Amino acid sequence: MTMTGLSRASLAPDTVAAPLVRARNVHKSFGANEVLKGIDLDVGQGEVVVILGPSGSGKSTFLRCINQLEKMDRGSIEVAGEQIGYELRDGRLLALSPRAVARQRRRIGMVFQQFNLYPHMTVLQNVVEAPIGIHGVPRAEAEAYAMELLVKVGLPEKAHAYPRQLSGGQQQRVAIARALAIKPRLILFDEPTSALDPELVGEVLETMRGLADQGLTMIVVTHEIGFAREAADRVVFMDGGVVVEQGRPEDVLVNPRQPRTRAFLARVI
Amino acid sequence: MSAAVQPVLADARDVSRAHRPFPIGRIALWAIVVGVFAQAFWAIAHNKNFEWHVVAQWFTADSILRGLGVTLGLTVVSMVIGTAIGLLLAMGRLSEDPLLRSLSALYIWFFRGTPLLVQLLFWYNMSTLFPTISIGIPFGPTFASWPTNDVITPLTAAIAGLSLNEAAYMAEIIRGGLLSVDRGQYETADAFGMTRWRALRRIIIPQAMRSIVPPSGNQLISMIKATSLVSVIAMGDLLYSAQAVYNRTFEVIPLLMVAVLWYLLVTSILNVGQSAIERYYARGERGAASRTPAPTVAGETL
Ligand SMILES: Nc1ncnc2c1ncn2[C@@H]1O[C@H](COP(=O)(O)OP(=O)(O)OP(=O)(O)O)[C@@H](O)[C@H]1O
Ligand SMILES: [Mg+2]
Repeated sequence: MTMTGLSRASLAPDTVAAPLVRARNVHKSFGANEVLKGIDLDVGQGEVVVILGPSGSGKSTFLRCINQLEKMDRGSIEVAGEQIGYELRDGRLLALSPRAVARQRRRIGMVFQQFNLYPHMTVLQNVVEAPIGIHGVPRAEAEAYAMELLVKVGLPEKAHAYPRQLSGGQQQRVAIARALAIKPRLILFDEPTSALDPELVGEVLETMRGLADQGLTMIVVTHEIGFAREAADRVVFMDGGVVVEQGRPEDVLVNPRQPRTRAFLARVI
Repeated sequence: MSAAVQPVLADARDVSRAHRPFPIGRIALWAIVVGVFAQAFWAIAHNKNFEWHVVAQWFTADSILRGLGVTLGLTVVSMVIGTAIGLLLAMGRLSEDPLLRSLSALYIWFFRGTPLLVQLLFWYNMSTLFPTISIGIPFGPTFASWPTNDVITPLTAAIAGLSLNEAAYMAEIIRGGLLSVDRGQYETADAFGMTRWRALRRIIIPQAMRSIVPPSGNQLISMIKATSLVSVIAMGDLLYSAQAVYNRTFEVIPLLMVAVLWYLLVTSILNVGQSAIERYYARGERGAASRTPAPTVAGETL
């Protein structure tokens, strides 16, 4: 299996820097149900990776392993050269304390299918919660940056609204602003448009495309093939808990080599 | 159908012009209710046996106000301690550690399963069970030791009894509240790298409060009345003070009325407070938009 995709980062001359995310042989079972059967994946700095695959293929589970919302059974994941959840000390692998795990998650943003905004806080409070409370940014500075981000996602006039007063698309754009507010090294998107009415999908994808163009490192699980085609540096096709095929969108989406990929694309396009 | 008829028809059917039927049934009911209440009020106000002048005379007497102070103080202190212990018990019940889970369950089982009056008597008579109280390592050396009678006064027995009992009830209320919060909220807090405690304080508890406040209001009101039980261990609460007076003057009914009126007054104030707190924690809810200070979105439809 090829590890390195043809990303912007790897196409650049003399870039031999280690990938930002390096997953090796990741296994995960829920009881007897083996959901991940050895995932290998590298994501370079600034790369936009879109993960496609049929329902139940383990895409969400893999994404959640990266920021330790799920505990994997076997293998390892490194983010920015640091192993997630464990520490190798004198040749012995030790599980990290909950506090250390929390520290590792601080620069990994996550956008959920169900938005998961904090309903008891206004939009602005949602966005500044982590910067002020976890990263120790002074309030004035955090709020100024939050307003900048709300402008970026097109919602500055909603700063003092509560999440339930917003449409689904607006909520998801706030969730994206909230994830950006922590100045993440990496953002994980788990089907960010699946809970939206069809006419609201566009505005969220538009926002995400903007982020992709700015060189943010993103791993996106989605069923939006159009987004994969336009915004992805690399498309990864998962099925049955393994990576079946990966490569540039124009290759994987147009000329898939694996029959399973072909069958999947025939169904969704 | 001609085009000219339709607007007329539509106007005639405009619901804003509708007449309501005369609510004869409701007015009759109101008349009966008002009549019954007026009669009852008249009977109570003019019944010599209530001795309203005695009630007025004692209502703000020093001893009664001191008793009221004790009742309120006991309620507040026991409620605060009870809620704090209740939160720990609720977290214990929801913990992944089976030892913590069963210890919390055992505590709740015991304190909910025995009468508060009996618990108070046990605390008050603790010295007959354990003559001294010590701090030290179990089965090892002790660092400090006091005679139980010095530690357990009527006040400490009352606080211990009321708050430990309250904790068992608050634990279940808080546990229900924590469970009512969407799992996605816990995950989001985790994903942003919040510590357990921070997630609880900033994200989970404020949302859990919506289902914690109403039953807690009930608890607080029960607690105010439960404090009257401490009169059995010689604590000078409101009821005890009223009893102390009528034991001398034999004006039993008027002094009980003094106590009743004070209990009613305090619980009424609490009801108002509870409504305010419920409104506060309902902010951000659907339909709460017009009541919350959210300037840019007032009137936006959902
Ligand atoms: N917490 C859990 N407990 C038990 N089984 C789970 C759990 N989470 C996921 N699974 C199972 O793991 C498998 C993969 O789930 P996952 O959510 O990763 O799939 P997915 O590729 O994201 O699918 P979808 O496109 O429908 O979101 C499914 O069979 C699911 O039932
Ligand atoms: Mg999924």
